[in-house]
Amino acid sequence: MVNGINLALQFLDSFAFIVLAAAGLAIIFGIMGVINLAHGEFILIGAYTATLAVTQLGLPLVVAMLVGGLVTGLFGILTERVIISGAWPNYISQRTLGRDVIEPLYNRLADSMVATFGLSLILTQGARIRFGNSIDQIATPFGAISYGEFSYSTYRIVLAGVSIGLLVATYYLFTRTEFGMRARATIQDKETAQAMGVNTDRMYMLTFGIGSALAGLTGALFAPVISMQPTLGDQFLVEAFVAVVVGGPSVVLGTALSGGVLGAILATFSNLYGTFIGRIALLVAALIALRFLPDGITGFIEQLRKRRQESE
Amino acid sequence: MTRSSVSRRQFLGASGAALVTGLAGCSAGEGGTSTDTASSTDTLKIGVLEDQSGNFALVGDPKAKASMLAIEEINANGGIDGKQIETFQRDPQSDNQRYQELTRTAINEENVDALWAGYSSATREAIRPIIDRNEQLYFYTTQYEGGVCDEFTFAVGPTARQQLGIVLPYLVEEFGPDIYTIAADYNFGQLSADWVKVLANENDANVLGEEFIPLSESSFGSTINRIQEADPDFVMSMLVGANHTSFYEQKASAGLDIPIGTSTAMAQGYEHRRLDAPAMANIYAGVNYMEEVPTESNTGDGGFVDRYFEMYPDAPYLNEEAETNYFSTYMYKKAVEQAGTTEQPEVIDALESGIELGTEEAPEAPEGETIKLDGATHHVDHHMWIMRADEEHNVEAVENHQIPETFLSETAGCNLPENPEQTQYTPVDYYEEAE
Repeated sequence: MVNGINLALQFLDSFAFIVLAAAGLAIIFGIMGVINLAHGEFILIGAYTATLAVTQLGLPLVVAMLVGGLVTGLFGILTERVIISGAWPNYISQRTLGRDVIEPLYNRLADSMVATFGLSLILTQGARIRFGNSIDQIATPFGAISYGEFSYSTYRIVLAGVSIGLLVATYYLFTRTEFGMRARATIQDKETAQAMGVNTDRMYMLTFGIGSALAGLTGALFAPVISMQPTLGDQFLVEAFVAVVVGGPSVVLGTALSGGVLGAILATFSNLYGTFIGRIALLVAALIALRFLPDGITGFIEQLRKRRQESE
Repeated sequence: MTRSSVSRRQFLGASGAALVTGLAGCSAGEGGTSTDTASSTDTLKIGVLEDQSGNFALVGDPKAKASMLAIEEINANGGIDGKQIETFQRDPQSDNQRYQELTRTAINEENVDALWAGYSSATREAIRPIIDRNEQLYFYTTQYEGGVCDEFTFAVGPTARQQLGIVLPYLVEEFGPDIYTIAADYNFGQLSADWVKVLANENDANVLGEEFIPLSESSFGSTINRIQEADPDFVMSMLVGANHTSFYEQKASAGLDIPIGTSTAMAQGYEHRRLDAPAMANIYAGVNYMEEVPTESNTGDGGFVDRYFEMYPDAPYLNEEAETNYFSTYMYKKAVEQAGTTEQPEVIDALESGIELGTEEAPEAPEGETIKLDGATHHVDHHMWIMRADEEHNVEAVENHQIPETFLSETAGCNLPENPEQTQYTPVDYYEEAE
């Protein structure tokens, strides 16, 4: 029954879906302590922008996808300035009322949830009002590869490659560049980082922008294969949150590992027993992970390392 | 970092607040055309609850629009028996709980004389107990799995036995006897898949395999592989909702080149217009209506299509259920005029006398010729079509003829005027092969 190539391709597909769905969410949550419930709608912005750029402006697909990521990134920065940090409203209110009106939402989990949930409702309904219940969809590029009696969409294999590329790029950005060093310094100890001359305010803004751009790019990448309608972000949300929770505190490594583990579970079970059982298996895996690894996979690795250091 | 630890209580409070905010936001988005004047003798009130947002918005919105078109036409022509129609129209947002609340409002506060409500079978089953308890005249207008024998419900959309019954035998004859079924994982999909088995047996075909897919699923890689492994002559697809639309794009890009018979694609969500060709190539839809149905009363000058787009120039498509909402409003008109009153028991009696459209005194339904409401079962003898999309997504009619609803009348023996009941019969009760 089980065909090895099918299983391998399914795994790549699930891995790419989970990693791409979770990447932006993981950065914003892991680095800023903000739970972004509008993550699905950021994906929507990317998907709609890319699709409209192709169908209305006639841009080539690759360019349209980059535009999708860019537009979502800029929207993310706008969101951060207005809602998350409140920098712009506070600038205005300081000059009119003489005091701040918004206290930043960093590391206020529940508060950030409420604010971004509201934002997600506005964005979904806004998309419905502006574009109607669906927009015309672009075709999936690249055709298919065949093997024996089976065939598989080439584009979905490309997606897996892109997801690995994005993980590597993100890892490089946050560990090997000066920006990454400043960003991590901001997370670890904001006051000290400020004392060392890091503009933490700007770090927060850029990090949120990068997380949003990744979400937008995810939407743009999946635009040719999913149905274009205002609630399309919902289908990414479960996988994204499960992946972030299972992954644990280390953003890039956690996303990669949980994408690998959950992708393998999802692929195996949906290949053997159908899509429905695959979904159930994914959620059961998340339950078990939360019970036995409350800090996620990378939290567990960190614990092991500490224990080893102590015993030495 | 003093705020980084959030207590359980704070968290629950905050999520509760989020929920309330969500609900408040939803109700603010409600755009009804309710006219709340007290009921007087020269008006009657129709309730229209159709999804204009949420998961079923794409297919539900045309239903609301077509109801309003029929009502406006009737009002412009002097109303029903001289009475102008008032409407209670709300958007239940594809949410069954809101459907239940709004159904209660429509019946208890608005005192509607007739109610049109709901896209999915799950919605219908959520509100049917409220309807039955209040003895409310109710029109359910979606194509569905069939089997509802209910004294207050008029299920005027075509049933699985009518839709699959026209398309499946054709595909067996054209392509061969081996079938693979994929269907949405709730009562509609499960029962439709049972009907595929029954019809396969009647037409000497075999169902090689079937898969049920949750409504939230949008990745179909493993499903496509499983179809390829089974290697059927054609696929029967009863996928539902926006997420499942992804299947057609994905099977095209995976190179799965196989004829697909369906009762759900194209006629409702106009996938042949929304998706880039050739995603819908070789899809055969068994339907009572699509915008492309080539009848004079539909696509002719000043026909249904012209009138609809004159009223809604920006509407994207005129779908199967919209036509059902439209003609059933005229059926209701004819029944009220025949009964000479809006009292619901008398109107139900009139409807049960067998209302026909397409005769001299009533307009033809856009799907074609004469269609008749079967008084015994509250279902419609529809004019059914097989519509096929080609590589460029052009749609043509392959076959058409009238098909009566036989499951309830002949198999289950539903006869509502003689034996009032509120049952949904399923094929499993009558056919071994459906088990």
